[in-house]
Parts: sequence; structure tokens; C-alpha cells
Amino acid sequence: MHSGYLDDLGTVLGQYDVLAAFWVNIQLTVYAGIIALVLGTLLALMRISPVPSLRWAGSTYVTLLRNTPLTIIIVFFVLGMWGQLGFTLGPDFPTNFFRLSVLGLAVYHAAFVCEAIRSGVNTVPRGQAEAARAIGLGFWPTARLVILPQAFRGAVAPLGNVLIALIKNSTVAAAGSVAEASGLMREMIENSSSVILGIFLVFALGFVVIVVPVGLATTALSRRWAVAR
Amino acid sequence: MSDVLFDAPGPRGRRRMVWINIAATLVVAGIGVFVLLRLAEKGQLAASLWKPFVQASTWTDYLLPGLKGTLEAAALSIVAAGIFGLVFGLGRLSRSRTVRFVAGLVVEFFRAVPVLLMMIFFYLGLNQLKLVSPQDVPLVAVVAGLTLYNGSVFAELVRSGVHNLPRGQREAAYAVGLRRGQSLRAIEVPQALIAMLPAIASQLVVILKDTALGYIVTYPELLDAARRVGAGNGNILQSLVVAALIFIVINYALTRLASLLARRLGGRTAGRTSAAAPALTVDVGRG
Repeated sequence: MHSGYLDDLGTVLGQYDVLAAFWVNIQLTVYAGIIALVLGTLLALMRISPVPSLRWAGSTYVTLLRNTPLTIIIVFFVLGMWGQLGFTLGPDFPTNFFRLSVLGLAVYHAAFVCEAIRSGVNTVPRGQAEAARAIGLGFWPTARLVILPQAFRGAVAPLGNVLIALIKNSTVAAAGSVAEASGLMREMIENSSSVILGIFLVFALGFVVIVVPVGLATTALSRRWAVAR
Repeated sequence: MSDVLFDAPGPRGRRRMVWINIAATLVVAGIGVFVLLRLAEKGQLAASLWKPFVQASTWTDYLLPGLKGTLEAAALSIVAAGIFGLVFGLGRLSRSRTVRFVAGLVVEFFRAVPVLLMMIFFYLGLNQLKLVSPQDVPLVAVVAGLTLYNGSVFAELVRSGVHNLPRGQREAAYAVGLRRGQSLRAIEVPQALIAMLPAIASQLVVILKDTALGYIVTYPELLDAARRVGAGNGNILQSLVVAALIFIVINYALTRLASLLARRLGGRTAGRTSAAAPALTVDVGRG
């Protein structure tokens, strides 16, 4: 690459607000992540509960949502719920599309949060639950005092993987007409196609810079919080 | 595990369970009825909106060609990703530090970049370079994006599959006089691949779902077909539900296949077989 290429790339980057686009992805991730964590924990509790109908409802939700492409879910919320039913969540178009996309991301990733927490429950040895029952604890005290505290510590690594997937999947909000990083990349390439590789690398490295520290942090945390056995 | 969280319920527990079951059913059914009522209120349950899906032309003109596009992209991607994964997985197991580092860098990079970003890049780039004929550009872009991401996941599977084999396998290979390369080729990688099969079947679900991203780069797949059905009949909500159901049926079958494989193959490898999607941790530069 001659220096003119870098100059061209610099000029193009100066014309757009790349950081603002990434900030939209981070916002999508944070809001969807919080909703998904709450919903997913609730689903996980349903799936390990002694009540058959709750277990069934939880596993049906996970089977349905986990096997549907995220793109369909987002398009469903934006074109189906808003376009056809007139379901709105915000005063203007950008806010509405943003919130609908957050909802789509959240209901999809809640299924994966549920599975991550369940895999955390599976890291707890059977003896822990057996001992809790042996001293007379019922389901709820066993879950709250013995199983879940250990399960959450065991679920840090898989939850970290869900978070990483969510950060990357926030680009799918482009299918819901949200102005985020992948859409801006497309616009920039279409307007200045001579520096296409440079533009792609800038956006790709942007995601690497966000994803890798999150991955390293959750790996370190999962080691630190691991239950010594 | 969940079965040991609670004792088998006694008479009092069973009676209480009946009530909780009834209450839970009422809540779930209530949500369902509420949604259906709201939909009916807006006329969304009208037979005319669902009727296109019992007409043969909707399927032969739109949905089946769309499904074919989806399966085509998924099939090409799985083959290409398998090759990519084998090459870079072995690269990460190489003795040369440089090869290990480069393979590790490539794998970690493509795992961190959103698939959609890669698809858009290839879509616009190929249009510009004119290397392939214009009508093939979306397909190539979808397959390239899926290959680079899923190939990287496969590479990690190969590496962790070999690492998770008992040490005795390699020691035995050395003991009968095989060299490292021979041991990898004849003893370790074949067993790692068998141990990987269930995880590969799980990854197929991911590939199949991600083909729907092709919608954004104008690849004619199932979601795009459903959208066109919806635009033609004014029933996009209903056609998206049908498309989602097709995906769910195929993916559910693949998931069942994965857990079946995990149970069946246990005796054929010294590695552990698991249908769980690979839990991968980020570790740049670690061999």
C-alpha cells in the first residue's frame, strides 16, 4: 500500500462518525443483554423447577427461539410487528426501530442465556444437591442456598460466550433499519470503493478491539470465580 | 442434574403440584389467548392471510426455491469450512511457533468479526472486482462469510479435540515408532474428528441460521422468499412465521441428530463426545 492509500482512507474516515456507529452497537448490546439476562435466568429457573408444566414451557421457548434465525426475528419485529400490526415502542422511527431490534435481540439471546445458566447448574456435583436434600432442604432453599450460587460461578464462561455473540449479532439490527456499524461500513464502501479493504479492516478491528477484551475478561473471571473442587 | 434438585414428590407435594400446574398452565395459556385475541382483533387470523400457504404455487414459486438457496449456501459453506478448519486446526497444532502464531491470529480474527460484516465486504468487493459473474456474487459472499467464521470454529474444535485426547494415545503412537506427524495423522486427528462429529452437527444449525443473513446482501434464500410472499399478499407476519417454522423443524432434527451421534460414537474414540456447541474461550497467541 502506498502512502496515498492511507491518506485516502484517512480522508474517508474523517467524513463519517465511525465511533458513533459503534456506540449504537454497544447500546444495542447493553439493553438487549440486560433484558436477555433477566428473561434467561427466569427461563433457567423454570427449566430446573419441579413443576412439569413450567419445565415444558421453558424448554419449548428455548427450542423455538434457539432454532430460528436471528435475522427472521428482527425482520419479524420490524416488518411484522411494526409494519403490519402497527406495534410501536418509540415516538419516532429511529427510536422505534432501535427498541424493536433490542427486543428481537433480547428474546433470541434469552434462550442462550438460559442454556448457559443450565450448563452452570450442570457443573455443580450431584453430591451438593443430595447433601442439601439430606439435611431436609426443599427445592427452593436447595436452589437458592446451594445450587445457584455455585451455578452462576460455573456459568461465567458460557455467559461470556453469549455476550460475545450478542455484541457481534448486534450488527443484524441492520435488517431492522437501525443505523449501526455494518450499515455505516456499507455506506462508506459504496461511496468510496477505492479504499474498500481499509474500511473493512477498520470496522473488523473495531469489533476485535471490543470482543477480545470481553473474552479475556470473562475467561479470567471464570477462572477466578471457579469453585475449587 | 435437575432431577436431583428435588425429591420425588409425596402425596402432599403431588397435590400442591397439581395446583401449581393448573396455575402455570393458566398463565401460559392466558398469554397465548391474549396474543391470539389481539391478533384476531387486528384481523390477522383471517383465513385469507394464511391461505397462500396451502396453495401449491406459493411453495413452488417462492418458498421451495428459497429453501433450496438456503440449503445450497449451507452445504457449500459446511464443506469449505471443514477444509478451512482442518488446515488451520492442524496449523495451530504445528511444531513451528510461527505457523502456530499465524494460524492462531487468523482463527481468532475471524471468530471476533461479525459474519454480516464479512458478507457485506465480500458482496461489495466482488461486485467491484468482477471476478465472478454478477448473479453469483451474493452466493459467493454468503459462503465466504460463513466459511471464514465457521471454519475458525472448526479449527478450534480440531485443536481442542486433539488436546482432549488422553495422553496415552500419543505416547502409544510414539512407543510403536510413529513420528509426531504420523501420530497426528493416523491416531490423533481421526479420533478427534469422530469426537467432533456431534459438535459439527450442532454447528450445522448455526450455519443454517446464519444463511438468513444473506437476506441483507440480496441472496435469494428462504427469508427473502418469505418476505416476497408477504409483500405480494400483504401477510408478511404470517409468511415469516411459516419460514421460521421451516427453520425450526430442520434445526430441531439436526439437534436431535447431534445428541444421537454423541451417544452412539462414544465407544469409537478415546476423546469425549458432546453435542454441546463448542464453548470457546478467547486466547490470542496461546499455542
